[in-house]
Amino acid sequence: MSINLTLIGQMITFMLLVWFTMKYIWPPLMDSLEERKKKIAEGLSAAERGRHDMERAEKRATDLLKDAKNQAAEIVNLAQKRASEIVEESKHDAKTEGARLLAAAQADIEHQVQQVKDGLRQQVSELAISAAEQILQKEVDRKAHAEMIKSVAARLDKA
Amino acid sequence: MSTETHETGGATGYIVHHLTPLSSGEGFWTLHLDTLFFSISVGGFFLFWFYKAACNSTSGVPGGLQNFVEMIVEFVDTQVKDSFHGRSALIAPLALTIFLWVFLMNFMDLFPVDLLPMLGSAMGLGYLRVVPSTDLNATFAMSISVFILIIFYSVKIKGAIGFGKELLFQPFGPWLLPFNLLLKVVEEVAKPISLGLRLFGNLYAGELIFILIALLPWWIQPLLSFPWAVFHILIITLQAFIFMVLTIVYLSLAHEDH
Repeated sequence: MSINLTLIGQMITFMLLVWFTMKYIWPPLMDSLEERKKKIAEGLSAAERGRHDMERAEKRATDLLKDAKNQAAEIVNLAQKRASEIVEESKHDAKTEGARLLAAAQADIEHQVQQVKDGLRQQVSELAISAAEQILQKEVDRKAHAEMIKSVAARLDKA
Repeated sequence: MSTETHETGGATGYIVHHLTPLSSGEGFWTLHLDTLFFSISVGGFFLFWFYKAACNSTSGVPGGLQNFVEMIVEFVDTQVKDSFHGRSALIAPLALTIFLWVFLMNFMDLFPVDLLPMLGSAMGLGYLRVVPSTDLNATFAMSISVFILIIFYSVKIKGAIGFGKELLFQPFGPWLLPFNLLLKVVEEVAKPISLGLRLFGNLYAGELIFILIALLPWWIQPLLSFPWAVFHILIITLQAFIFMVLTIVYLSLAHEDH
C-alpha cells in the first residue's frame, strides 16, 4: 500500500469534479430551489390575502343585510303609522261631514216648517176673513172692516 | 504489498490477490489504473445524473430525478449552513461532491467481491481492486486537497500575518512560542491524516471482511455476507457523511477569525 502517482491523478480528478459541480450543477439547482421557495411564499401570501378579502366581503355583506333589514322595518313602521293616520283622518272627516249634513237637514226642516206655518197662517186669515164676510155681509162696510182684519192678521203673524 | 509473491495459493493468496491494485509504472510513478478508472467512472456517474437534473431543473413541480437530487442538495446545503456561517461559492458544491463521490466509491464495496475481478480476468486483467476508497491514494487525494483549501482559506481570510500569528501565539501566548507552533502544526496536519485514514481504514476493513466471508464454505456465506452488506450500507453512507461534515467544519474553522 504505497503512495504514488495515483494520488496526483486522484487529486486532479477530485478538482475537476468539484469544479464541474461548482460551475454547472450547484447554481442551477439552488436557483430553482430558491425560485420555488419564492413562488410558494407568494402563493401562500396570496391565499392569505384572498382569505382576508373574503372575510372583509362577508363582513360587508352582513352589514348591508343588517342595514337593509333596519330600513325595511323603518319603512313598515312608517307605513303603519301613515295608515293609522289616514284612518283617523277619514274618521274625523266622516264625523264632520255627518254633522254638516245633519245641520243642513235641520235647517231645511226648519225652513219647511216656517213655510208650512206661513201657508197655514195665510189660510187661517183667509178663512177668518171669509167667515167674517159671511157674518157681516150686510151690516159692515167692506172697506172699513178690511183694515181691522189686516191688523188682526198682522198680530197673528207675530204669534 | 506488490513485493509479495502473489502466486501462492490458498487463503492468503486469494486475499492478497483481491487487495492488489491493477497498476502500471514503477516506484512513485506507479498508477493504480483500477482506482483511477472506478473513481472517475463513479464521479462521471454522479456528474451525469446531477447535471441532467440541473439542466432540467424547474421551479415548478419537480420530477422524480429532480426531487431526488434536490433532496440530497438540500440535505448538503443544510449541513453547510448549520456549521459554516460565511459566504462561499465553493464550500457547498465541494461538500456535495465529497459526499456523493465518497458514497459512490464506497458503494463499489457492495458488489460481490469476485464479480468484477472475474470479469476483469476474463478481459485479461490480472488484478482488479474495485473499491477506490480502499486505496490510500484516493482518500489522501481528497484529504490533502481539503488540507490545501484549509491553508488557502486561512491565509486568505486572516492574511499571511494573521495566520502566522495564530500559528505562533495561540493557544498559550507568545512566551511558549515553539510549543504553540508545534501544537498548531500537529493540529493542522492531523486533519488531513485523520480524514484520509478514517475513510481508508473503514473501507479497507470492510472489504477485507467481505473477502474473508468469501473464503468460507458456500452455504454459510449468505448468512454472514448479507447482514454485513446491510450493515455496510450504513457504514458507507456514514463515512461519506463524516468526510463531508468534517470538511465543512475544518473550512469554517479556517474562515473564523480569532
